[in-house]
Amino acid sequence: MKKEDIEKIEEQMKLANEGLPEKERQLFSDARPTSVPPLNKYLEKFLNWGRAQSLWFLGFGTGCGAVELRPLMTSRFDISRYGIAGRPTPRQSGVFIIGGYASMKTVKRIVRSYEQMQGPKFVIALGSCTINGGMYYDSYNTINRIDHYIPVDVYIAGCMPRPEAIIAGFNKLKEKIKTGKADGMNKYAENFDWYKKNQKQIIKDWNMPDFNW
Amino acid sequence: MNILIKIIYAIISVIVAIVWGLTLGGIVRKIYARVHGRYGPPIWQPFLDIIKSHGKRVSISHGIMFYLGPVFRFGGGLGTYLFIPVIYGSTVFANFSMAGDLLLVMYFIFFGQLGMALGAGEGGHPYSPLGIARGLSQMSTFELPFSLAVIAVAIQYNSLNITTIVAAQQGGILNWTLFTNPFAVIAAMISLLGMNMHSPFSLVLAPQEIPIGPPIEMNGSFLATLQTNRGLFGAAKLVLFMNLFFGGATNLPIMMIKTFLIYLVSVIIGASFPRFRPEQSFRFFLKWPTIIGIISIIFISYF
Repeated sequence: MKKEDIEKIEEQMKLANEGLPEKERQLFSDARPTSVPPLNKYLEKFLNWGRAQSLWFLGFGTGCGAVELRPLMTSRFDISRYGIAGRPTPRQSGVFIIGGYASMKTVKRIVRSYEQMQGPKFVIALGSCTINGGMYYDSYNTINRIDHYIPVDVYIAGCMPRPEAIIAGFNKLKEKIKTGKADGMNKYAENFDWYKKNQKQIIKDWNMPDFNW
Repeated sequence: MNILIKIIYAIISVIVAIVWGLTLGGIVRKIYARVHGRYGPPIWQPFLDIIKSHGKRVSISHGIMFYLGPVFRFGGGLGTYLFIPVIYGSTVFANFSMAGDLLLVMYFIFFGQLGMALGAGEGGHPYSPLGIARGLSQMSTFELPFSLAVIAVAIQYNSLNITTIVAAQQGGILNWTLFTNPFAVIAAMISLLGMNMHSPFSLVLAPQEIPIGPPIEMNGSFLATLQTNRGLFGAAKLVLFMNLFFGGATNLPIMMIKTFLIYLVSVIIGASFPRFRPEQSFRFFLKWPTIIGIISIIFISYF
């Protein structure tokens, strides 16, 4: 392939960042997310073990399910004994818990927070509302399926799931991470256009860059 | 050849310090959990957190200073540790102790914080400068009683060499600075509360207030470097206090017991008291510990 053709394709691959005003576009990167292949077999296995033993979830309550996260940290359920802790910044956290229904406004924040997290990152969808809409299935301002907008690793059904159910969900996630099946970050990068299309259908006032914060 | 062996010894010494510092961190987390009535994370959780942070596949950077921040911080921890003789009379753990190393160590304690301030400032998150402003102000205030205590110790032993100070305290518990110069030890131990940044002086990382504080944008390996440094720097500070005020250590188990007990003072106070507001903390350090520090100098010079 000629050098000019490669440059042309690279130009097409760049993100438009159309939501931003012209003068702000240069402040943000226009690179797309790339899928990162796993390292060699044994090293990746070791790292997956380490990732499973230390899960930091983002302290962002996106719905009523967030109320079930508080008892997890206190003395009755004490989730820290499994190496799980809350983290108030998306840069350092690796697990995103979608706490129940996600309204149109919240989806925008969910996408922003999810994209700011550094991979490998995992998503736990809590409650029936994230699976099929639950009791808000016909609401005008909530979405029905969260996995149309970000990739989900573990679902916890129920309305509301008890803290025990959340601990069971975390243990399920740990198993998935150890076997290397929790690969939402690469899934998001590979199906980036599809996710963006779905997100932009819902979020009407898209005044943010397409990716990269 | 001599310097090569010295370097190998230093590497062993640094690894031991990191492992011990991180284990101490794990033990302290467990103690806090038991105080809260929880079971708590395993003692080796800090090691797992570091493996996890290094295992991140992507990592975002905000510029050159953002890279250098954690490097400076780790360099500060390494510099602090490498000039303190850890075990009195041991060749492996003697590190690079020399005449006047006490001043160098005090400089290095400050150095890491300044580097981190530059690096974290480039992250662009509003909580970073907030945490830095709090951290540097508090640092300046608790350095004052600590410096007064160090001056009192230097007058007492007529030396700025840590090895000489440790040597002068050998031969019985009553030779420790704790008993020969109690005012200096009180002032320094209060400033250690600020240095360890447990409650009531946990202004910098203050959860629920400015979550995470300066390293809020640090991720992946940047964060792992900071976590490793927390182990190393934590151990270095405790070893310095052990050497200056509690008679040093002649073997590894004694060093572990003494550093743990010194750390426990911070933990007991941290588990019992709520957090100060920044201005309360600054005023506290400038009031009582400073007065006690001045008394210690007068005490050691004239009595």
